[in-house]
Amino acid sequence: MSAPSVTLGRSRPRPAWHVATVVETRRETPTAARLVLDVPTWPGSEAGAHLDVRLTAPDGYQASRSYSIASATPAGQVVLAVDELPDGEVSPFLVRDLRPGDQLELHGPLGAFFVWRPGTGDRPVQLVAGGSGVVPLYAMAAAHGAAADPAPFRLLYSVRTPDDVYFADELAGLAGPAFALDLVYTREAPAGWPDAVGRLTREALAARTVPAAHRPHVYVCGSTGFVETVARWLQELGHAAADIHTERFGGL
Amino acid sequence: MSFVTRGFSGRRREPDTRLPPGQTLVQDWPVLSAGPTPHVDTADWELTVQDETGTDHRWSWDELLALGVEDVTVDIHCVTHWSRLDMGWRGVSLDKIFEDVESEHEYVMAHSYGGYTTNVPLEDLLDGKAWIATEADGAPLDPEHGGPARLLVPHLYFWKSAKWVRGLTMMPDNDPGFWEQYGYHLYGDPWKEERYW
Repeated sequence: MSAPSVTLGRSRPRPAWHVATVVETRRETPTAARLVLDVPTWPGSEAGAHLDVRLTAPDGYQASRSYSIASATPAGQVVLAVDELPDGEVSPFLVRDLRPGDQLELHGPLGAFFVWRPGTGDRPVQLVAGGSGVVPLYAMAAAHGAAADPAPFRLLYSVRTPDDVYFADELAGLAGPAFALDLVYTREAPAGWPDAVGRLTREALAARTVPAAHRPHVYVCGSTGFVETVARWLQELGHAAADIHTERFGGL
Repeated sequence: MSFVTRGFSGRRREPDTRLPPGQTLVQDWPVLSAGPTPHVDTADWELTVQDETGTDHRWSWDELLALGVEDVTVDIHCVTHWSRLDMGWRGVSLDKIFEDVESEHEYVMAHSYGGYTTNVPLEDLLDGKAWIATEADGAPLDPEHGGPARLLVPHLYFWKSAKWVRGLTMMPDNDPGFWEQYGYHLYGDPWKEERYW
């Protein structure tokens, strides 16, 4: 096999196996848990990257799943937010059974396409999240805040109910002149919420995102149906396909 | 370096020797794409194979189907850890496409509507190992799954089976395609877990 002729992305850490020890698990939403992992060998990761978790049973049986990394964490620590899938094999264990002190295998960091890097220009960045698809987008918003990057950021977050908002306190804390947070509630809104409750519409998307004329980089993450619909609407609203980055849950 | 994670037993099932390491069987068909889904009408669709002389060999949709469509049943393995077994496809064997193409080059870059690319050695596309697929699960391919036509190279991780395929360019070296430039393996054998480089 000949050596690749490009070096794109090679400045990032190489994917490798790591041993993670659970420091803390806590409820993130009624169906999801936040996992704080101590990973001494972890080199840090770019905002939006993901990793593989591998679990081994006493009889040698193994199961691997990919998860977005919830923040552009410093070296040595990884934060995940895992949604429990009905009938899942790995996510119910991670959400319900994992305790501080337990150990997992991680492989990563992975992914150099669906990432945002500080200091890459002044063009605005529009994030569009559906449900737990907010995880890698939260990582981007946190990295943007930590770097005090000048690019204007905006997150449109479609979520079922107020209880289902991931990183609610952190997102509220990031909101300010450089980061606008727009929530769309699809089932139930807080008391006194001024907007209609229901599925995201093309009109709401147009009203609460950076206009195409401002040439934002757009990152969309959610279920396949959500991403397909939003990406189509974005193109209808004038965004170039090359400016739209998408990521979907794998369905495992 | 594997070790047992306390409390994990996994779902009890017989080990399936048809699943490569690190893969989990799914019944649905997950979708992964880097950007918006292109929508290409078969009336506008065209496949182009370009050799080192710059000569383009072209097939319209009807010309492709006229080469002969065959039914195949194959297993597919996605790098994101899911696999499907005994999946029914219809498509045109790449042996038929390459019958009239003369080239000394040993590698192919597949190009898609929407700009996606992926690199594959020519020998992995010949001898009944790869197709231009137009149907799956008994129905025309949905755009989100790569319709109207995608490459089907089931013995490699599924990102090599380029959705919305529109062209194959012969190349002398194994240059990386889209995901390969972002760290995915140049070859991608699921049985060797060649996921990343």
